[in-house]
Amino acid sequence: MCTMICERAAMEGSGKGREGWFPLKTANVSYDHPFNAPWEYALNIDFVNEDRGVGARVAVELSPESAKLLAETIFAALRRGEADPQIQVSVL
Amino acid sequence: MYTTEQYEGMIAETITIKGYNGDEIHTYYARPQGPGPFPAVVVIHHLPGWDEIYRDFTRKLAHHGYLAISPDLYCRDAHGVPEDVAAAVRAEGGAPDDRVMGDLKAAADYVLSLPSSNGKVAVWGTCSGGRHAFLAGCKLDVFDAVIECWGGNVIMGADQLTEKQPVSPNEYTSDLNAPLLGLFGDLDQSPTAEQVNQHEAELKAAGKDYEFHRYPEAGHGFFYYHAPIYHQSSAVDGWEKMFNFLSRHLS
Repeated sequence: MCTMICERAAMEGSGKGREGWFPLKTANVSYDHPFNAPWEYALNIDFVNEDRGVGARVAVELSPESAKLLAETIFAALRRGEADPQIQVSVL
Repeated sequence: MYTTEQYEGMIAETITIKGYNGDEIHTYYARPQGPGPFPAVVVIHHLPGWDEIYRDFTRKLAHHGYLAISPDLYCRDAHGVPEDVAAAVRAEGGAPDDRVMGDLKAAADYVLSLPSSNGKVAVWGTCSGGRHAFLAGCKLDVFDAVIECWGGNVIMGADQLTEKQPVSPNEYTSDLNAPLLGLFGDLDQSPTAEQVNQHEAELKAAGKDYEFHRYPEAGHGFFYYHAPIYHQSSAVDGWEKMFNFLSRHLS
């Protein structure tokens, strides 16, 4: 908000917001003031679907260390899943 | 100064005005009841949105005898829960400076047009609103006093400039045309103490009428009583400095 540091990535998947599940379109990743987390700055991720209005949002606000750990953990899980030949990602 | 034997009343409500480019925008307008004449303050919400704390701030100013008007700077972008709206605006890089200036000018013109106005108006904002307040004091000629609270990005590097924020506000320092009050926490990361030093040095070099008050134990947003960054003694003193400044320049 003061930093205006925000990166965006197109997403495929689902998020669960205040009105239930909705299809995701974008992840907005900012390093800026959080709304709720108790720090001046945080790594904020908003999973959103702009087509469904601003309320279609799943938000997390993480400390920088937590965010790094999350990123590493995501890659660790992906490595294990993608190494398993019996696991195929497909639309059911 | 309010005393206990007095009648007191205020009206606080959402009204619509024509902002930048003639667009209709919502504003939260709080004012004391009575004929006035009252001085006015345009209240600029922070980037986290046109939210509850800004309604509280607007009413607080009305309680102290000001026509207080806070435009929704995101009114054209979206409507919804303030945090959701602010998150969407954040993702788009914030509100364009030119549009914000137009909305602030419109809010000032509105309150000045009222028969209850005393003809004086200040502008006040915190965080991104502090930046906007300083910018308004430089780019608009309508304000009689400017209050900048911990304005982030008043000093911007070339890599921070965007189509929406194309010029670092400190580039306009020589154009500041009203007295400026600045409140800052020394522990803030935006603006840093070094940036506040530079900001002050530029005001001094330009011969501007300003006063800065810096709080060694406060960080960013030390007025925000709903957040851990609230710093009680700094906030109490900051409000006192603000009301003193307003009474001196808007009477």
